[in-house]
Amino acid sequence: MENLMAALKAQIVEQLNLQEVKPEEIGDDQPLFKDGLGLDSIDALEIIVLLQQQYGIRIANPEQGPEIFYSVRTIAEFITAHQTSK
Amino acid sequence: MHSDVWIAGGGVICGIGNNLSECMNAFKHMEPGMAHMEYLHSVHRHTFPVVEVKASNETLAGWTKMPDKISRTALLSRVAAEEAWRSTGLGDIRQYRVGFVSANTVGGMDKTEEFFAEYLQDNSKGHLSQVIHHECGAITELVADAMGIRHHISTISTACSSGANALMYGARLIKNNMVDVVIAGGTDALTRFTLNGFNTLMILDQAACRPFDDTRTGLNLGEGAGYVVLVSDALAAEMPVGKAPWCRLSGYANANDAYHQTASSPDGIGNYLAMQGAMEMSGIKPADISYINLHGTGTQNNDVAEGSAIARLFEPHYPPVSSTKSFTGHTLGASGGIEAVFSAWAVKEGILYPNANFSKQMKELPFAPVTQFSTGHQLQHVMSNSFGFGGNCSSLVFSKSAQS
Amino acid sequence: MNIYIQGTGCVSPQETAQGGAFPENVLPWEGARLKASEPDYKQWIDVKLIRRMSRVIKMGVAAAQLSLQEAGIQQPDAIITGTAYGCLDDTGVFLSKMINQQEEMLTPTAFIQSTHNTVAGQIALMLGCHGYNNTFVHKGFSFESALLDALMILKEGRSKSILTGAMDELTNHSFNILSRFDLYKKESVTPASLLHSQTHGTVAGEGAACFVLGTEKGTNTKAKLTGVTTLYKPAGKAEIAADIAAFLAAHNCSEDEVSLVISGRNGDASGDEWYEHMENNALAGKPVACFKQLCGEYPTAASFGMWLGAKVIAEQRVAEAALFRGTTPTEIKKVLIYNHYKQTHHSLILLTAC
Repeated sequence: MENLMAALKAQIVEQLNLQEVKPEEIGDDQPLFKDGLGLDSIDALEIIVLLQQQYGIRIANPEQGPEIFYSVRTIAEFITAHQTSK
Repeated sequence: MHSDVWIAGGGVICGIGNNLSECMNAFKHMEPGMAHMEYLHSVHRHTFPVVEVKASNETLAGWTKMPDKISRTALLSRVAAEEAWRSTGLGDIRQYRVGFVSANTVGGMDKTEEFFAEYLQDNSKGHLSQVIHHECGAITELVADAMGIRHHISTISTACSSGANALMYGARLIKNNMVDVVIAGGTDALTRFTLNGFNTLMILDQAACRPFDDTRTGLNLGEGAGYVVLVSDALAAEMPVGKAPWCRLSGYANANDAYHQTASSPDGIGNYLAMQGAMEMSGIKPADISYINLHGTGTQNNDVAEGSAIARLFEPHYPPVSSTKSFTGHTLGASGGIEAVFSAWAVKEGILYPNANFSKQMKELPFAPVTQFSTGHQLQHVMSNSFGFGGNCSSLVFSKSAQS
Repeated sequence: MNIYIQGTGCVSPQETAQGGAFPENVLPWEGARLKASEPDYKQWIDVKLIRRMSRVIKMGVAAAQLSLQEAGIQQPDAIITGTAYGCLDDTGVFLSKMINQQEEMLTPTAFIQSTHNTVAGQIALMLGCHGYNNTFVHKGFSFESALLDALMILKEGRSKSILTGAMDELTNHSFNILSRFDLYKKESVTPASLLHSQTHGTVAGEGAACFVLGTEKGTNTKAKLTGVTTLYKPAGKAEIAADIAAFLAAHNCSEDEVSLVISGRNGDASGDEWYEHMENNALAGKPVACFKQLCGEYPTAASFGMWLGAKVIAEQRVAEAALFRGTTPTEIKKVLIYNHYKQTHHSLILLTAC
């Protein structure tokens, strides 16, 4: 889980071009959207593609985004759940 | 600033008809145009229905006497612009000072896509003839040159509100006496670029779109072109026997939502300001609006924002509303032009257009769209809405000739 | 009604942004491509927004902010931009990925940012400006259409100040493709030699210039924008001469009153004949300043020309790097800018001192 979260942070910074953010500065439970890291709905769509590219996980309904993408930990948990269930 | 601006005629080509009369038949017989892709070659052809113009580039080239190698955007534009001009009965276009203000969002992207496939392999490859008309303005010039228009030509691109903004700019050219006539509207062909772009936003419906329906899940892309012919008081008075202006373009306004690059604000502030501004210019109150041709794309976001703005502005007397995109799909840069033609024609003919695929009332709204085609109405003032990316919101008001 | 240029802002291949060393220091270029000298954008743009912006968006937003600052205006009544190519870089990114990845696994950012109205939309978003917002995309008329729309709206009387301007970027793809159309010089040229080269082709440029136009004279007002007109595919040089005469007459300006001509010479022998004709006939004997040796050629380069014209009037001085013919007039009252893009799109802009 720790490794997965570290990898996710680096991928998010890279994919979203978060120029002034270092991956290690993102807290595991820090909210990613709005007042947290300040991401928005376009970033959510970017993360959906990221999960598909890196982890082979498809999210068909963007409405699910806010819940799954709440923090790096919730994304990691979602990935783990979907990979083990396969 | 003294002249009114009149709609002397109009023309349209889209996925439900190659001219205005065919489109009216499709509305009358409740025949929306969604189908599998036939002319656009995409890996998504079996996933997303689209509303294509039912004619190949070769066929369109035959109708327009233009080369079949040029962009489909230009071919569609020419068909509708010619119909618009012919419908006025004003004769030889070269006897007037004419402007052509055409909106589009893709330009010659259909050809650029072909070019890039070769170019990316080797950047000395790819036929330059395929990128020479890449720019939006090149499409306008192909048609202006073919029609012999040169007094004023311009191109507008404000995403999905482009066509409506072309009418506003055209109206100003008339009011400032820079030209006698402006053919104004928009054109866009389906391209893989836009199809894939909208797909990344996850707002394409895999079934027929359901604007203003609670079960809506997105839009269908369409293609086409639509133009009205704007003329001054002086020219409106000189129209030939048997022809008369359809109506006036009495009001228009453009506002920005300033909320998000692509999404509308939940309460549709930009939509509200555009509708309010257009009515103010027309000198009318919300209760005077007889029908609204909605932007109504069928996305969650647009329809709730537009609907909320209408609810706030028109409460408690909601006029009949419908989204003709439930027939034509979303034709992007063309939609403002196509829907301007439908709206102006509605004033003239007293038509209320149906909203296809409506079954479930949106829980957020106190009104529902019209679902039946009907004629014989006295429509004093018809509003047409066009909203787009970048927060661009535009509303037009078409009015019967006499001030009410 | 007088329309004033209340503030200007410019990002260009020269150091024209705030505090820059232009025109004392003219930057050289390599090959036939002039790249914008970019300021530190973080002074105007939130880093959260910068991460998605391509150069044309950053240049446009910076030029807009500079012009608003100079005009002392926080919220214009309208925003109107012109761009011939739009957001080429994002277009190229999305198109390349779409082809290379066979339409799979595409992300939205480049697509969203590729629409032509992105710059105007971003400015509105940053300012929270709900006013009129429009974008013209007509090749060599993109800037002029935006100006004309702004003038007409101001004359309607309901708007007091409008932010207008033009921006275009050059990308590796676009420079490569445009080069294949044989538009640019093969031999090496310098800012000093370009306009005297008498050979085929020019140099490619890019940039953004914005203007706050208003109905009232402000403290930093540089000049009046008296008029703008366009002429599409003129039949010949005589038609341009007639157009210049008619344009000046329409704005109650005699030829004698024109203190300086700013011409769009770009060093392309055939294209420059139009300017030569005008300088020798319709406006014979007038001092001439030029600007494409400073910003390069691009469809909205006339916006740099207008920025230079406003500066010349405000400072009552023509920089040596810009002066092409004659000497600086003692008093600069009216400046006529004549530009054409590839001999197809001709435009005239008249500025007046105030």
